[in-house]
Amino acid sequence: MPSSSASSTPTSTLTWISWFCSLPGHEYFCEVQEDFIEDDFNLTGLNSLVPFWKEAMEMVLDVEPDEDSSKIPDVSIVEASAELLYGLVHQRYIITRQGLQAMADKYEGGIFGSCPRVYCQGCYVVPCGRSDLPGLDTVKLYCPNCHDIYVPPSSRFQALPGAFFGTTFAHLFFQSYRELAPAPFYKPPTATSPGRSPHSNGSESVSSHDEPFVNPNPYGGQKRAAGKVYVPRIYGFRVSERAKSGPRMFWLRLRPENHEELDMVDWRGRWIDEVDDDDDFDEDDDEDDRPMEDFDPVSK
Amino acid sequence: MLRRTVEELSTGSDSDYSNSWISWFLSSKGNEYFCEVEEDYILDRFNLTGLNTEVANYSQALDLITDNLDDEIQDELRGSLDVQARLLYGLIHARWIVTARGLAKMLEKYKKADFGRCPRVLCQSQPLLPVGLTDIPYEKSVKLYCARCEDIYSPKSSRHGSIDGAYFGTSFPHLLFLVYPHLIPPKSGPPDVSAASGSTSTSGGREEGGKRVAGRRAREEVDVGVAEGVGEGASTAAAAMKADRYRPKIFGFHVHEIAKLQRWQEAVRDKQVVKLEEIDV
Ligand SMILES: [Zn+2]
Ligand SMILES: [Zn+2]
Repeated sequence: MPSSSASSTPTSTLTWISWFCSLPGHEYFCEVQEDFIEDDFNLTGLNSLVPFWKEAMEMVLDVEPDEDSSKIPDVSIVEASAELLYGLVHQRYIITRQGLQAMADKYEGGIFGSCPRVYCQGCYVVPCGRSDLPGLDTVKLYCPNCHDIYVPPSSRFQALPGAFFGTTFAHLFFQSYRELAPAPFYKPPTATSPGRSPHSNGSESVSSHDEPFVNPNPYGGQKRAAGKVYVPRIYGFRVSERAKSGPRMFWLRLRPENHEELDMVDWRGRWIDEVDDDDDFDEDDDEDDRPMEDFDPVSK
Repeated sequence: MLRRTVEELSTGSDSDYSNSWISWFLSSKGNEYFCEVEEDYILDRFNLTGLNTEVANYSQALDLITDNLDDEIQDELRGSLDVQARLLYGLIHARWIVTARGLAKMLEKYKKADFGRCPRVLCQSQPLLPVGLTDIPYEKSVKLYCARCEDIYSPKSSRHGSIDGAYFGTSFPHLLFLVYPHLIPPKSGPPDVSAASGSTSTSGGREEGGKRVAGRRAREEVDVGVAEGVGEGASTAAAAMKADRYRPKIFGFHVHEIAKLQRWQEAVRDKQVVKLEEIDV
C-alpha cells in the first residue's frame, strides 16, 4: 500500500475489509468474503455506479496498484469509491447464505440494537434500506415485531447509505431464520391480573407463556410475538374513541389472538362472512376499563 | 451544594429566580423534560395534598425546593434531602402539568421538540411528549408518546431513560390533546419547519381540507405556533386512512404472512372508521 494514504488504510496485518468494518459507525457491516468480490458475476452492473472502479477494487482487495495509478488526483476519491463499491457488494452479499449467516451472528449479538417501541420489549432490529440505489436514503432499522422502520438512535449511523443494506435483506433474513421472526398473532397471557376483572373466569389463570410456541403456518414467524398495544388513558380511564383526540392508530400495532382470525379478511382487505358486526376489537381485551366518556371535550 | 454554587457564579444573574433550587434543577443535565412549576402552585398546600406521606423529610424537602431551607442544616443531611427534594418536585410536577398553566408550559417545550422526535421513520420527526406508564413513583421510567402513530417509545439517552415516569404521569399527553384538539397532528405529510406540533397535510384531497386550511389561517394571526394540526372543526374519524405504513418486500414482492397481517390490521382500521363516521366524531 502507498504510504501516502497511511491515515486511512489498514496496517499490514489487517485487510482493508476488516479495517473498514472495524471503523466506528461501521458496526452494521459484516465482512464480505474476498472470493465473493472476486467473482465477476456478483458485481454485475456495479461498475457503472462506482467511479474509479479498477482502483476501488484494488483498494478493497488489497491489491498493489498498477504503475499508472498516479493519474488519480486524490487518494480520498478512490477511498470514497472503495466505500461505495464495498457497500453495494455488501448489499448483495448479505442476501446470500453466507452473508445471512454473518448477519445472523451480529443480530444475535445485539449489534444492530433493539426496537425503540416500548411494547416491542427490546426486540432486536436489523439494518434496512428503503432503496437499492445509493444516494437516495440513509440506513433504517427494521423491527420484525412491529414490522416498522426506525431512525438509528446514534447520529453516526445516520449518514450511512441505506443501499448498503438494501430493501430485501431484512425480510429475507426473517424468512430464513423463522425462529427469530415474531408470529402475526398474539394471545395476551390470562394470568396477569387474577381476579381483577369480574368477567374473567379463574380457570384459565395458567400463563400460556410456559407452553412452547407454535405458529400453525410453517412458513411464518415461529417466535412468540410481543403483542401488547399502548392504550392512552386519562386519570385511569381509556380515552374514548368518540373524542376528537381519541385513539385512531391502535390497528397499526394490533394482532389477532390466533392464526385463524387472519383468514377472516380477504385479499382485498374485506371481512369475510361478517356475522358479529358489533365486535369491538379495541374494547374486548380488558373489560374492567370503562370508556372515558366523562372526559369528552366539553365544547360540543 | 457545589453544583448550585457554580451555577450561581456562572449565570451571574441578579434575579431571584435564577438562584432558586428549581432553576438549578431545571438547568441540570438530564432534566430537560421538566418544566418550571410556578411557585404559587407549590406554595398552595392544597395542591400538595397527600404528598407528605410519599416523601421522607417532606417539610425540609419542600423548604429546599422553595429556597426556604435553613442554611444551618448539615451537609450530610443535604445529600439525602436532595433526593427527597427531587422526588417531591417530580410528584408536584406530575400534578402541575395537568393544570391549565402547566399544560401551557409543556406545550411550549413540545413546540421546541424538547422531548425529542418520534424514531418511527414514517412519523417524519413528529415531536414527542413524555408519559408515565403508572402514576406511582419508583415503578416505571418515563416513556415518550407520539401523537402521530399514537404509540410510546423509550428515550434514546439513558439520562432520560432513568427518569421516573410518575413525574409526568399517565394522563398528561392525552389531556393535552383533549384540551388542544387543534394540535392533534395529521397522520401524513412532512413535519412543519417550525417543529411545533408536527405537520400540515399537503394533500387537500379530502373534503375537510378546505375548512382546515381556513381555520388554520385564522388561528395563525393569533398564535403561529399553535396553528398546526388537524384543525378545530375537522373530524378525526377517518384520520387513520391517511397514515403511511411500511410494507416489507423481498425482491419487490410483499412478504406473505406480514401482508396478511397488515390487511387484517387495515380491515380493523376501516371498521373503526365506518363506526366513527356513523356516530360522526
Ligand atoms: Zn418494534
Ligand atoms: Zn410516531
